Amino acid sequence: MPDKPKIAMYWCASCGGCEESVVDLAEDILFVLDNVDIIFWPVALDFKKSDVEKYKDVEIVASLINGAIRSTEQEEMVRLLRKKSKVIIAYGACAQLGGIPALANEFQKEEILRYVYEEAPSAVNPDKKRPQAQFKDDDRETELPELWDTVRTLEQVIDVDYYLPGCPPSSKLLKEAVLVLLSGILPSKGTVLAPDLALCEECPRKDTKPTDLSFTEFKRPNMHNIDPEKCILSQGFICIGPATRSGCGAMCIEGNMPCTGCYGPTSRVKDQGAKILSSITSNISGKTEKEIDAILEGIPDPVGTFYRYGMAGSLLRKKVDF
Amino acid sequence: MSKTTGNTRTGFYICHCGTNIAGTVDVEKVVDYVSKLPNVVVAKHYKYMCSDPGQEMIQKDIRDQNLNRLVVAACSPFLHERTFRNVASQAGLNQFFFQMVNTREQNAWVHLDALASTEKAIDLARSAIFRVAFHKPLEQKKVPIHPGVLVVGGGIAGIHASLTLANAGKKVFLVEREPTIGGHMAMFDKTFPTLDCAACILTPKMSSVKNHPNITMWTYSEIESVDGYVGNFKVNVKKKPRYIIEDLCVGCLDCIDACVYKEPRFFDEFNQGLSKRKPVYIPFPQATPQLVVIDPETCIDFKSNKCKKTCVDVCERKAIDLNQQPEHKEIEVGTIIVATGFKPFDASGVPYYGYGVYPNVYTALEVERLINASGPTSGEVVMRDGSRPEKIAIIHCVGSRDKNTNLWCSRVCCLYSLKLAHLLKEHTHADIYNFYIDIRTPGKMMEEFYYRMAEEGTKFIRGRVADIYPDLTDEVHRRLIVKAEDTLISEIIKVPVDMVVLSTGLEPRADANDVRRMFNITCSTEGFFIERHPKLAPVNTFTDGIFLAGCCQGPKDIPDTVAQAGAAAAEALALIDSGFIELEPNTAFVVEVDCSGCKSCVPLCPYSAISYQEDKKKAYINEALCKGCGTCVASCPSGSIKQNLFEDEEIYSEIDGILNYTNIYEVSECC
Amino acid sequence: MLLDENKSQSGSQGWQPKIIAFFCNWCTYTAADLAGVSRIKHAPNARVIRVMCSGRVDPQFILDSFAKGADGVLVGGCHPGDCHYQEGNYKCLRRFQLFKRVVESFGINKDRLRLEWISASEGDKVRLVINDMVAKVKALGPLSLPKKFSEWDKEMNIIEEKIAGKEEAVHA
Ligand SMILES: Cc1cc2nc3c(=O)[nH]c(=O)nc-3n(C[C@H](O)[C@H](O)[C@H](O)COP(=O)(O)OP(=O)(O)OC[C@H]3O[C@@H](n4cnc5c(N)ncnc54)[C@H](O)[C@@H]3O)c2cc1C
Ligand code: SF4
Ligand code: SF4
Ligand code: FES
Repeated sequence: MPDKPKIAMYWCASCGGCEESVVDLAEDILFVLDNVDIIFWPVALDFKKSDVEKYKDVEIVASLINGAIRSTEQEEMVRLLRKKSKVIIAYGACAQLGGIPALANEFQKEEILRYVYEEAPSAVNPDKKRPQAQFKDDDRETELPELWDTVRTLEQVIDVDYYLPGCPPSSKLLKEAVLVLLSGILPSKGTVLAPDLALCEECPRKDTKPTDLSFTEFKRPNMHNIDPEKCILSQGFICIGPATRSGCGAMCIEGNMPCTGCYGPTSRVKDQGAKILSSITSNISGKTEKEIDAILEGIPDPVGTFYRYGMAGSLLRKKVDF
Repeated sequence: MSKTTGNTRTGFYICHCGTNIAGTVDVEKVVDYVSKLPNVVVAKHYKYMCSDPGQEMIQKDIRDQNLNRLVVAACSPFLHERTFRNVASQAGLNQFFFQMVNTREQNAWVHLDALASTEKAIDLARSAIFRVAFHKPLEQKKVPIHPGVLVVGGGIAGIHASLTLANAGKKVFLVEREPTIGGHMAMFDKTFPTLDCAACILTPKMSSVKNHPNITMWTYSEIESVDGYVGNFKVNVKKKPRYIIEDLCVGCLDCIDACVYKEPRFFDEFNQGLSKRKPVYIPFPQATPQLVVIDPETCIDFKSNKCKKTCVDVCERKAIDLNQQPEHKEIEVGTIIVATGFKPFDASGVPYYGYGVYPNVYTALEVERLINASGPTSGEVVMRDGSRPEKIAIIHCVGSRDKNTNLWCSRVCCLYSLKLAHLLKEHTHADIYNFYIDIRTPGKMMEEFYYRMAEEGTKFIRGRVADIYPDLTDEVHRRLIVKAEDTLISEIIKVPVDMVVLSTGLEPRADANDVRRMFNITCSTEGFFIERHPKLAPVNTFTDGIFLAGCCQGPKDIPDTVAQAGAAAAEALALIDSGFIELEPNTAFVVEVDCSGCKSCVPLCPYSAISYQEDKKKAYINEALCKGCGTCVASCPSGSIKQNLFEDEEIYSEIDGILNYTNIYEVSECC
Repeated sequence: MLLDENKSQSGSQGWQPKIIAFFCNWCTYTAADLAGVSRIKHAPNARVIRVMCSGRVDPQFILDSFAKGADGVLVGGCHPGDCHYQEGNYKCLRRFQLFKRVVESFGINKDRLRLEWISASEGDKVRLVINDMVAKVKALGPLSLPKKFSEWDKEMNIIEEKIAGKEEAVHA
């Protein structure tokens, strides 16, 4: 019996949700395990980097990498996996677009470290100690990964073959992706393994969306009730669905929350944030700066709203000047 | 840069335009640079690209070198885009495989630094070359031209244009706001430079309009809305109630005599208030149509409902209907001529001339009425105080050529001042003083006219009048002192006169902005409508199918007005007789497989061109309604709407071409 | 290299900002033509991209311009109420009011992005606006995002060297 295809899974700057989504396959995971050999999965299996290094170049059929890339160690690991794998799949919003961790691109590294180690209410650090990359103590020398200035998407660091969007990707998409991989008939490089149609397509509330959208105010879900029957956007809550790929089954909408855009843009859009901004603001009702600004007060943090998952992969990538 | 399809073979041509471009832009350097760009097969410069040899050179290259894209760097696309599109299509290329680089108006003419100018030319050439690779072959949609024409404004411009078109067999709708056509010309007694009687030349034309089988004339009417586009305009016209059934009124004017007001008491607009009229009136004897009007502002019945309505009783034809309502007409026309004319400068805008303060200060238009045989005084120059003038000052350039009022020269005031000097002399034998800044008499027979007038003994004083005030020293005459510096002798002079005539300039109409918006045309900051090109398209506007005639485009005399009206009629005729017009294909379309049916675009279109297809659950753009602004394209959140000629890729490649050097190398490596 | 990059960026007097200008066909583009016909001289730094209406200006175009190296982006449309397509400029304005906040949050100075209403007759306003914008952007200095991107990415090359070094060590 020939060897089962070797699969590696790795996490970088991520929350663990993507790992969880693999477990979410439930009994289907057995099917996966029957058909592939997971040779590396730090969250679940005890393999070391040196185990990966042992493989020949491109011996691993596919590596599924989740999380954004923001440290030297992560770079080192993904480069290694790239070398050893035939196919690299950016798994999840963070690997594809930067995800939530990429919101750090709105700040400087120093600001973040200062806050976390000194200013955060929970920080107890009278000596203002910071983690250091190199540390010498008598005869021991330790090395810690260094934090980068910039959070990156996976493709900004290594060559990526496919993308599985989502925060996290739905198990349905994962299963389909695995089937595609096993079939051996691979889609063209660069394909995002999700429908190239926006979420409204599969949204259960699509029919309730009016054709005469005109915003007179914007509301935030934590302050107002959302009518569970009607299109959420039409109620004045920002829903990124129209600018976000479908494939999730409109889970958030099912849970009566607006889409926040984790599946990223369609293939025809370069910058999801700019595009949804363009769409939503065009339909504001005001005609003067004053009227318009008054309505826009309902969107206090446009970057956080429209680039929640896409900052690193956006056209500007990060805050350019401080 | 994403890859383009097929094998792109681009020809690049930069025009010297004599020295207009080549004097600033180093065209050889541009050619040298461009020839090394990817996809460029030919790069040439030539003295006049738009000339026959220039066009032939391009066509020969297209054929011989199998070019499939064309870029021309020359003047503005507004000038020659069509020319070069034709060059492409005559050489067998789809005309939209072409891109023009504005290197004259927006480059050579506005920059002094030759190096920077050349660099800009190179950036934009590269941009066009990148862009044109993404162009798609497009077809222009042909739409039939509705043969009807709308003429707005019944002054001499509108009258002449209407008659020209009607004589050519076209159906004309002439819409005039006032109760009669005729405009300003109808108020004049004689016209310069020929001094022929205005009524004698105008009234026959007015009645031709009235009687012409091809002309539908609606007076006392307003345009309410204009929709559609060249070839197919839908216009709504409101006919204000004149409280007379037009078909029944025969113009006997018995009702005016019968009015309960025995004497006329109200401001007579046509006579500039120099006489009075009744609530039921006819603007002037030759008014066309010959119909009375009832003015609801002054008619007792409208105010109190208690009038005896003697007018109604007297009308044998039962033509008076005090309950008449506005009528709304919808018409379809293919072309529109805007001939809304001018408004004279309001003389009270120069307070130190005392208009409205001293009764014997008149505007020129008032004097036109005073000396008119059918005017308020039957042509006798009797002033407001009942006296006749012995000394008259005519002040030129009132409200013209002055930073504080209007900067422009109104072109006709010098000449009509001369005319008035002559006519006033004829009527009064008074001494006449013309205060002028310069005598401006361009045009055929005009300078001769000036000499003729000067020989009649009119005095000319070169100087801007600084003040006009009553002469308190002369109790007998109660004259006005006209104070000015005679700049020829550098002396302040004070001339006592009985009458002052203010030669007010010509201004845009007060509602020019509304009219412009209604017709989607542009006007200058001051308010005159803008022609498409001052020399090459002087009666066209930027909106296809809409033309200009007369003073609404700028001050001019009657001969020029008529010439322009003829030109506007000819342009309309040319369009109508070609039968159809080819529309720019820059419409938008929804790529149906990509559309998620999010409906965000539907409310954005000002022309309601976008609809939501309930069956397919996708958006759809009706090409016939889309005018191609591209707003929905920029707003589509999933990038599923495209605009022909302005596709995303085309604009991205333009940006790329301007900015990104490294990309060139990538492309040159891959191709 | 086809044209020496430094030379081409520099013009005649050192660094010169490059400004991408999206001009509406009916007003601002025509005004820029009018400036030409009237020979109204102005700074040569703007590169005009013609669009049919300011409503066509996708915010992505602006970001893309910055990302590809523009030092400033100018959008010119018809005055409110004057859009050739009735309302395109209002849509442009609505986007702009929020978009400029986004661009500022991304650390791009607000003087680098400008929306102006310039009617077809305002040739001189083209001069005023371009000159003013060029002066302001000059004062800010180059934005040079492509250069910044590669500078940011330098922190990646360090690890590359490290990996290369390690492998050498292994081979040795
Ligand atoms: C005092 C004076 C003397 C002059 N003397 C001479 C002379 O001797 N010889 C000469 O060659 N020129 C003379 N001129 C110039 C002459 O008046 C103009 O050249 C001529 O009247 C221009 O004609 P027009 O049709 O363009 O405009 P107008 O005569 O102003 O006619 C425009 C018409 O359009 C109508 N209108 C306006 N707006 C609307 C609307 N929105 N809807 C419907 N209808 C509308 C108006 O009611 C009017 O009837 C004189 C001008 C002045 C002020
Ligand atoms: S709730 Fe969101 S995804 Fe659903 S129809 Fe409305 S806008 Fe589209
Ligand atoms: S391009 Fe403009 S006119 Fe055409 S459908 Fe879109 S919004 Fe309407
Ligand atoms: S046409 Fe100029 S802004 Fe719309």
